[in-house]
Amino acid sequence: MQIDQQKCVACGNCVAICPMGAISIDSQKNRAFVNADECVECYSCFRGMSMEKLNPILVRSIRRLLKVFRLRFDPEPDVCPTSAITPDELSWPRIVRRAFSDPIVTHESTGVHGRGTEEVKTNDVTNRVGAGEAGYVVEFGRPGVGVRFRDIEKMTRALAQMGIEFELKNPVTHMMTDKKTGKIRDDILNEKILSAIVEFKTGIENVAAVLRRVDEVSKTLETVVAVGVATRCDQTGGSALDAILNEEGFSFVRGKTNLGLGHASL
Amino acid sequence: MTNTLHRHGSAESFNDDYIVFAIPARGINDTNAVEKQRRFLEIARKYQPVNMGDASHGAIFRSSKELNPTVHWRRQAAADFDAVVNGVSSPSTVAAVFDNPDTVVAFIKELKEADLGLSINISAALDKAQECGRRAGLERHSVEYSLGFFGQTDRMADRQTLELATMCGHGMLSSNFVRKLVEWVKQGRRSPQEASATLARFCSCGVFNPTRACRLFEEARK
Repeated sequence: MQIDQQKCVACGNCVAICPMGAISIDSQKNRAFVNADECVECYSCFRGMSMEKLNPILVRSIRRLLKVFRLRFDPEPDVCPTSAITPDELSWPRIVRRAFSDPIVTHESTGVHGRGTEEVKTNDVTNRVGAGEAGYVVEFGRPGVGVRFRDIEKMTRALAQMGIEFELKNPVTHMMTDKKTGKIRDDILNEKILSAIVEFKTGIENVAAVLRRVDEVSKTLETVVAVGVATRCDQTGGSALDAILNEEGFSFVRGKTNLGLGHASL
Repeated sequence: MTNTLHRHGSAESFNDDYIVFAIPARGINDTNAVEKQRRFLEIARKYQPVNMGDASHGAIFRSSKELNPTVHWRRQAAADFDAVVNGVSSPSTVAAVFDNPDTVVAFIKELKEADLGLSINISAALDKAQECGRRAGLERHSVEYSLGFFGQTDRMADRQTLELATMCGHGMLSSNFVRKLVEWVKQGRRSPQEASATLARFCSCGVFNPTRACRLFEEARK
């Protein structure tokens, strides 16, 4: 992402909008600019902000005049008055930033839409996580921290050493050069993204060991890790995970509940 | 996507937060999904959701690319339900957000009768979601638990900011922007309703809950 220097009036609205804090004002030039290394190409600024098409020279003049009288205009905080936010043409490897950061975009690098898969949201149709199994979603970088692939690789390598088999339809799995060892391709290891999700499943008897390992490795990373675990319920809606998670000391309040209304043919 | 799984807050703070979404299984039942998803949204609309959206094409609250300067004094926060329903053009995740369980139960009952064949999930407090399902005559098939955050949690924002910012699970709401709006609400520069509407425009999936956001802004103002 770029800020068009001809159009920018340094109003500063976009500075707060950026989830990665990658936009700031250059006080010498009196223009906003994007730190390309920190920008994850999430398009939150470009898509989320509303736009006006005011004349930049006029806006700068009015702002200077108001400044003389120590007055300040209180504009809407989500508006770029001169439509100065401009997307870049992205090429490999930078394009993976957008693929893993912009929720609207189809996953161009992998052909998979979104950052993860359907998890247990379609388990009533796919039976992906069967009775006696646990499905995991280990997400990196969210909320508001971001992550580089080299940190994700530390986790995938550690999980691979436990004999974990990664979900094949997951975008991170597509980035692996060796799915047995969890090795991620070298040319993207330094790319920063908003978040990525690693998915896999195990027998339910392995839940405690997996979660302990995820916790251990997470402590060595430079980012935050959000963890979800799922299972299929019994006929009465009961879940075998309740007891395991309680025993491991997890408090769980929120989650997703699949109501079982899906079927294979529509 | 886990875009609604890890909302931050206590159990009580989710009392007015229920996201019901429909999703086809890729390669299995997605061939005729578009019409079914539109039907889901049309049914949802009858129950007056506080937000609604299609993960691929946008929500009822959207940014505008053609504003004129009067917007700074007369900002419209109208919800565009037609844009969401008519915008569905490919298999996706469609969602509707409600702020009370009774409406969710009534909605689920109608979905059950409609027999769309799409997978229907409730993202909410687990006990509340199970209760809604049971009141609609359904036991849960599968469940996914949020176990919270591991790793460098000291890099995360404060509780108040996270409760608002994590309502867009895709991370489109920056902590700095949320803090800015909280300060503006405290200073009386914007109302909680205006601040909530502003945040809602950044959540393209339509899962942001403006009712909960309004309540959180009100609490911040006290």
